[in-house]
Amino acid sequence: MRRRTLHPTERPSGRGQGTTLGAPWLVGGCVAVVAAGLVGVAVGPVSIPLGQVVRELLDHLPLVDVDSTLSATEKAIVWDIRAPRVALGLLVGALLAGSGAAYQGVFRNPLADPYLLGIAAGAGLGATIAIVTESRDAIGFVDPVPFAAFAGALLAVTAAGTLSVRRGSVGSPATLILAGVAVANFFTAIQTFVQQQNSETLQQVFSWILGRLATAGWGEVRLILPYATVCIVGLLLSVGTLDVLAVGDEEATTLGLRPKAARRAILVLASLGAAAAVAVSGLIGFVGLVVPHAVRLTAGTSHRRVLPLSFLFGAAFLVLADVVARTIQSPAELPIGVVTAFVGAPFFLVILRRQLTS
Amino acid sequence: MTVAYGERTVLDRFTLDVDPGSWTAVIGPNGAGKTTLLRALAGTVDHRGRILIGGDAADDLSGRERARRMAVVPQHPVVPPGLRVFDYVLLGRSPHQGLRFSASDDDRQRTADVLERLHLTPFAHRAVDSLSGGERQRAVVARSLAQDARILALDEPTSFLDLGHQFEVLELLDTLREEHRLTVVSTLHDLSIVGQFADRIAVVDHGRLVAHGTPAEVLVPELIADHWNVDARTKVHADGSVTVAVQRRRPG
Repeated sequence: MRRRTLHPTERPSGRGQGTTLGAPWLVGGCVAVVAAGLVGVAVGPVSIPLGQVVRELLDHLPLVDVDSTLSATEKAIVWDIRAPRVALGLLVGALLAGSGAAYQGVFRNPLADPYLLGIAAGAGLGATIAIVTESRDAIGFVDPVPFAAFAGALLAVTAAGTLSVRRGSVGSPATLILAGVAVANFFTAIQTFVQQQNSETLQQVFSWILGRLATAGWGEVRLILPYATVCIVGLLLSVGTLDVLAVGDEEATTLGLRPKAARRAILVLASLGAAAAVAVSGLIGFVGLVVPHAVRLTAGTSHRRVLPLSFLFGAAFLVLADVVARTIQSPAELPIGVVTAFVGAPFFLVILRRQLTS
Repeated sequence: MTVAYGERTVLDRFTLDVDPGSWTAVIGPNGAGKTTLLRALAGTVDHRGRILIGGDAADDLSGRERARRMAVVPQHPVVPPGLRVFDYVLLGRSPHQGLRFSASDDDRQRTADVLERLHLTPFAHRAVDSLSGGERQRAVVARSLAQDARILALDEPTSFLDLGHQFEVLELLDTLREEHRLTVVSTLHDLSIVGQFADRIAVVDHGRLVAHGTPAEVLVPELIADHWNVDARTKVHADGSVTVAVQRRRPG
């Protein structure tokens, strides 16, 4: 019988192996983060030239000694007002985008996002209860808001997931999103009820719901840093698992994975990050949707790329959105959720159209 | 081994020995239980009875260990949209990987070797779902080879391929089996092809093993008539392979 030559044999090109992360993309992501950070520190009611910002930041690196010629007031603006806000924006953006990418992977659903799945609403309910009960004073040194937000987030994602999964098989994208919308509405209703019962904290809860990156010093950054670290490190270690989950539970099993346990672990990690972000910055929608999708469209769909790049570009995106939010109506500030929704909602519709046509 | 879905028994007290290094083809009419047998082997469906892999009970092995010993090619592989061939084939390395951010150099090298072996290197950066049927099937086989398992279980590896590509894939599997001393278990529905590739054939009907042996022993017109309801002429070649020509059954 004739032996077929399948294709003319080509020598491997050497760089053919570098398909997992793609160094140029990683470098691009880091550059975006640094650039967004510098812009975030430089732009504001008091404009500080970029060159001086760079010098001031470099001066704080160990073993570097450069004079930034900033006045004491300007230094205070940089270190006490803008830098913490930028740092918080980087963390929250990374967490929202990264957890969004993880949810999309776990549910094999491109429309999954912390906001649409009701996770943000769940975290919101938890945080609201923590705020109105003033449990901070009761517990003392540990701020209970992130914990309460985490519990709410986990409850919401479990509810949405359970409602849309039947006999272990993940339902259609529409089912999950509809379940998420129902869960979100239910939790928001309870939250509104709790909030109305406690009008004295209304202002506090409201500003939180609209989503904001307003900070008082480094407190918020310190607060979510441990959760962010666990979430980011944990999810980065799960990229291979997420890729395996993408081929479905049956094939994942034959590849040696226990899909249910793996999904649960990744959901906990992602919810931890999303809840921490929601706890300090309120409900900022669409970041978890827009950023991972843009990454997938440009850099490919392996989670080995999608996750790290979502963290990086999510961080950069949110800081830039914040710059827009605080300059467009300066000196007044627009809630940052308005900016992300303005970009995100049309983007969401575009993805939805593509889903419908494919 | 017995497998039941709810009340319905799909495989009934089924016993089959597979020799190391052989190609055992499981054939039978639609609904006979071929795919269920493969799924039981793969560990994705509950079963009663025992499955032994190289002397060890499969149920006692961890999922990863099982995946290191047996690679499975499903009939309808799920292809994640947009995933590149390299990353798809790299999935086969996952039973050998722990939790880590980037794949090891060894895993990437093995993936690159498999791509090269299956002439997929030019496609490494293409999305799997953009490939043609034959190329895609090669990518799926490549993933299973990257698992470095001694046993390859394939469910209808040639369905949806035209005749030329069916032979291409089966030739490839046969070559790989010889080169890597793999044990191949596959279901195949095409009677005219199966006798040319398999060295052992197991016939399943109504969830029972009705015949098992070499192609010359199994592929006889009477058995084919009994279980497929078609008339066939068979020709045994000197190398032991059998070609089957199926004829239309004419009234009278």
